[in-house]
Amino acid sequence: MHLNIILAGVGGQGILTIASVINHAAIQKGLHVRQAEVHGMSQRGGAVQSHLRISARKIYSDLISRGTSHLILSVEPLEALRYLPYLSPKGKVVTATDPIVNMPGYPDLEAIFTELHRTDKPVLVSAAEHARQAGNIRTSNMVMLGAAAPFTGITPADLESGIEKLFVRKGADIVEMNIRAFRKGLELSQHQASDT
Amino acid sequence: MNKRLLLGAEAIALGALDAGISGVYAYPGTPSTEITEYIQQNSADRQPPVRSAWSANEKTAYEAALGMAYAGKRSLVCMKHVGLNVAADAFINSAITGVNGGLVLAVADDPSMHSSQNEQDSRVYGKFAMVPVIEPASQQELYDATREAFDISESLGLPVLLRLTTRLSHSRAVVEIASERAQNRLNAFCEPERYVLMPQNARRQYEHLVSMQPRLEEFSEHSWLNTLVPGSGKTGVIAFGIAFNYVMEAREIFELDCPVLRIGCYPLPRKKVEALFAGCDSVLVAEEGYPVYEELLRGFFGGKQIRGRLDGALPRTGELDTDHIARAFSRHLDHGLPIPGIVSNRPPELCKGCGHRDLLEALNIVMGSYDHKHVFSDIGCYTLGALPPFNAIHTCVDMGASVTMAKGAADAGLLPAVAVIGDSTFSHSGMTGLLDAVNDRSPVTIIISDNDTVAMTGGQSSSATGSRLIEICRGIGVEQEHIRTIVPLKSHLDENITVLGEEIAYEGVSVVIAQRECIENAARKKRNPAANH
Repeated sequence: MHLNIILAGVGGQGILTIASVINHAAIQKGLHVRQAEVHGMSQRGGAVQSHLRISARKIYSDLISRGTSHLILSVEPLEALRYLPYLSPKGKVVTATDPIVNMPGYPDLEAIFTELHRTDKPVLVSAAEHARQAGNIRTSNMVMLGAAAPFTGITPADLESGIEKLFVRKGADIVEMNIRAFRKGLELSQHQASDT
Repeated sequence: MNKRLLLGAEAIALGALDAGISGVYAYPGTPSTEITEYIQQNSADRQPPVRSAWSANEKTAYEAALGMAYAGKRSLVCMKHVGLNVAADAFINSAITGVNGGLVLAVADDPSMHSSQNEQDSRVYGKFAMVPVIEPASQQELYDATREAFDISESLGLPVLLRLTTRLSHSRAVVEIASERAQNRLNAFCEPERYVLMPQNARRQYEHLVSMQPRLEEFSEHSWLNTLVPGSGKTGVIAFGIAFNYVMEAREIFELDCPVLRIGCYPLPRKKVEALFAGCDSVLVAEEGYPVYEELLRGFFGGKQIRGRLDGALPRTGELDTDHIARAFSRHLDHGLPIPGIVSNRPPELCKGCGHRDLLEALNIVMGSYDHKHVFSDIGCYTLGALPPFNAIHTCVDMGASVTMAKGAADAGLLPAVAVIGDSTFSHSGMTGLLDAVNDRSPVTIIISDNDTVAMTGGQSSSATGSRLIEICRGIGVEQEHIRTIVPLKSHLDENITVLGEEIAYEGVSVVIAQRECIENAARKKRNPAANH
């Protein structure tokens, strides 16, 4: 087990919550974890990313080397493209399709999808829509975690217990809603895999 | 076994708490802020209580920490690298006086300038002050080394500088926690011959500091942070701080056979360095920061082949990574697809609904009627006003510089001279400059955008806000009728233009305070009403 994940998004979208859930689950399995985050100025609506590394052996670097990321999990489609140099040849891109347009020159969505499809069978998810169905648009990040779950090397059950641990203080309703969102993402991802 | 997933910054905080600190002193600054925040949020059960409120600036923080150490207790002081410029006077001289209780300065550098105006290397300050410097490479080492740094500080009677960088501060890993140590008792001696740095005392104390240096080096020789990873290759590596991580990763990926001397404790352990050099034809010097020790090892005339940031084997500036190290060994990782041409930058921006936006809009309209449209500014969220669509500010140099640069420009005849500064930056080091302006009757307008918090670093409490700011300006001597307040809201735009216009037109010292709470902070309070912001 040795996994490199780039989490990508825009400041305020909750990629660190995704990282927390994966961390919980990985530590539970006795794996080593190292996770680099972006704090400070970029959090104000700028591009943010987190390097998450999980391994059965000692991890030295906080950063993932270019060309060695097994997964890019992005909660915004343009942001997924920003980290392509990090993707390994067999790596997977899982991204939300909901754009955040807060910059000049935001490209055409179709052009973004064309670029995404240059990678090996990317998983594209309209996260906001499914999050709303789960009960709250703020669970978009859990929809995306669900969609990426098959590529994390961690079982959905373990990730769900990570969600439970993270949200338990906020009450059973919040836990359930986030798990609902997670399962929606997981289902979508499995469907897309069986379609192709 | 007690294990926790901690940021590097948090590992320092917990290490210090478990080392028995009685207080932490700090001014917020990325990437150091989380050290103090962690102590504020996780020390309620410590007895006696650990003092942890924010200080007005890094100098006041350092001096208070020194006072606590003078009284025999352990104290931690935290800041970002440029903050040490502000605290440098106190820091350098505290090496001359020495300390009683342990004093550890945790300073977070920002190579690649993720959130800073430069990438200065604090190890230079450690060398300058001639104190021990510790530079761990992992979260666990940060925890262990912080605890140990207090023991080192007390056994040598010197402050210890703990250096970390953004990457380690803002990265998480599991840390194993050791037992808590009790706080020191109050234990102060009257030692004016040590602490009164009049020349006759200072000379003696300085001689003492110089005479301590062989002991410091001896300590480094035996430090667990300075170790050799053996290898059979003829190219050796000296890896400093977290550069060690990248070297080890490259060594693993490419199965390199280079011996690696890892340095995490300074001064440089001469014998260990000599031993590495003796077995190698050339040595790569990998430092996360300035090529401080590469320059030293090269010497003036060169010698054995030394490679590093100065000969292009590694980049001259910015953070290192595994790729850089691999390339120095002529190895190459295949990168993924290039970034598509359609991807442009997504710079940070002022939040929608932020009061700074309304202030800058009004200011731009007023400045539009002048030939000289120079606005001097400062360090905070409002610095983003330099970017489109505002393009409203034209300088940002160091904390407080807006006030004094506006004053100097006014002295030169550049009018109007306008400064924009935040509440926290003003109380950090803007208000002394305002005193200069008042004493000189300089024609400046100082706009204080008071959002009631230190917003840029995540909403820490600000030393002076609201009516206190007005009192301060009055106390400094600004005329009552030229201290005006506005509310930066769309609905107040006309009124705000009038007030700003009048005060900018006034040829004396005027202050306009724009008062509106940071919207992020308001939202935080709403989510967590009990939070002590």
